[in-house]
Amino acid sequence: MPNISRDEVAHLARLARLAVTEDELDTFAGQLDVILQSVARVGEVAAEDIPPTSHAVPLTNVFREDLVRPGLTQQQALAGAPAAEDGRFRVPRILGEEA
Amino acid sequence: MTAATVLDYDEVIERFDPVLGLEVHVELNTHTKMFCGCPTTFGAEPNTQVCPTCLGLPGSLPVVNRVAVESAMRIGLALNCEIAPWCRFARKNYFYPDMPKNFQTSQYDEPIAFNGSLDVTLEDGTVVTVAIERAHMEEDTGKSLHVGGATGRIHGADHSLLDYNRAGVPLIEIVTKPIEGMGERAPEVARAYVSTLRDLLRALDVSDVRMDQGSLRCDANVSLMSKGATEFGTRTETKNVNSLRSVERAVRYEMTRQAAILVEGGSILQETRHFQEATGTTSAGRRKETSEDYRYFPEPDLVPIAPPAEWVEQLRATLPEMPSERRKRIQADWQLTDLELRDLVNAGAVDLVAATVDAGASPAEARAWWVSYLSQEANSRGLELAALPITPPQVARVSALVAEGKLTNKLAREVIDGVLAGEGEPDEVVEKRGLAVVSDDSALYAAIDEALAAQPDVADKIRGGKVAAAGAIVGAVMKTTKGQADAKRVRELILERCT
Repeated sequence: MPNISRDEVAHLARLARLAVTEDELDTFAGQLDVILQSVARVGEVAAEDIPPTSHAVPLTNVFREDLVRPGLTQQQALAGAPAAEDGRFRVPRILGEEA
Repeated sequence: MTAATVLDYDEVIERFDPVLGLEVHVELNTHTKMFCGCPTTFGAEPNTQVCPTCLGLPGSLPVVNRVAVESAMRIGLALNCEIAPWCRFARKNYFYPDMPKNFQTSQYDEPIAFNGSLDVTLEDGTVVTVAIERAHMEEDTGKSLHVGGATGRIHGADHSLLDYNRAGVPLIEIVTKPIEGMGERAPEVARAYVSTLRDLLRALDVSDVRMDQGSLRCDANVSLMSKGATEFGTRTETKNVNSLRSVERAVRYEMTRQAAILVEGGSILQETRHFQEATGTTSAGRRKETSEDYRYFPEPDLVPIAPPAEWVEQLRATLPEMPSERRKRIQADWQLTDLELRDLVNAGAVDLVAATVDAGASPAEARAWWVSYLSQEANSRGLELAALPITPPQVARVSALVAEGKLTNKLAREVIDGVLAGEGEPDEVVEKRGLAVVSDDSALYAAIDEALAAQPDVADKIRGGKVAAAGAIVGAVMKTTKGQADAKRVRELILERCT
């Protein structure tokens, strides 16, 4: 039976950069637990010979030819950006991490 | 690094066995991105090669580039990999502005190619077989520019600027299995592996493999284990390694750095590190997130890829002659000794010499120019041979001018120097520098007559049958013509004049 801890919720929140209060940790842990338990019930009936479903439509090999299609201009691309500078998206400084 | 102990390299090798894992990212040379039709040209104005899909805008859907998949499979086949009969893309979730979607579309537990190998020949001819774990498809990230920091780096930066032209460019990640048992040669093996892989990718024509432009990048995983140990030590992953030489230096530096920490009883942090070109050292980057933290899951917007066997075989049939086979053929065709072949390979001159021969030069002449003269020039400029500003057809042209008797070897070197100095095509350099051999016999006769008149005693000796005395006249004529005469021809004319 899944049983998600407050610590795990806090860890997930950190990975998603969500600020979660102490009270919310309890609330979400409970809610996520319900979801995980529901999924676990599906797992109980899944037989070995049934692969997990990742795609609802039984399609494979859908490709695009390698042909250039017009995209956005720089102005269009930056139109929705909260901040831009020198033709680039401007983002707040990134702390404690490096790509 | 705070460890006070500094071990020299021999001590490191005495006490530890290095284990390497190399991850090479190669940007494909497709016209368009992995999942959208945006162009992939290097160096365009920022954010001019973007669309809703690669910007991760709501409502956009990715579609896979067929040529990118074919390139991935050809790379897999060339690396003796198995091709997955069925595989999917996965989302690698992470929070960083270099991917506007907040995930990178990659492959996780189902790479398109796996279980291969690559034979790597070291400088002394030793062959090491490197086992390949996998080659998988993914997309490149955007480029960040950190503003306000002292060095353009993230620390101390005030804010960052993002250009997403590169975001979504098809990327193949090629991962080795752990490379063990190389001892002191580990850094050399790392370099030779990347070099061999680069040659292979170039032969496949799937990428322009420019390490300086980032279309070929190597991350070097290095760990040490004490002699006799059976479990691997903690590894670090060094990024920002932008040349073959840096691969070797980075591995060597990490081995020494880790050894110094371990002998003092310290432990190695699992982290990414950044190679600093200027100092040849590495500095700490981010602590590595664990694979679980990326919360991979199958990409729902892309259907699985299930290449039919016929498609795989069609692609296998397109594989070019592999660089290693080509070398064997060249060795036989040009009748080279093992040592001559190795010199040719180590100078990075195989393709250049072959192209020069294709342009009409003899193999011996072409080799002499590239392996001897131009290699020295490249070394003194700190460039790779291929980066010298001279092309195989230009070298072939100079070689042809020598063969036609229009240049002496000495003049030919001056012409090559002129081309390197940007003075134009060989014929233009000959013209501008006035380097052509004086082949006009009347001009030579004039110079000869002048010399004979100036040295009547020598002239008499020659007339008297002392042919060896002609040397003095040849010397005088060469002086008058500023070395631009063919000495052999001058000699013939002198003897003709004196009989």
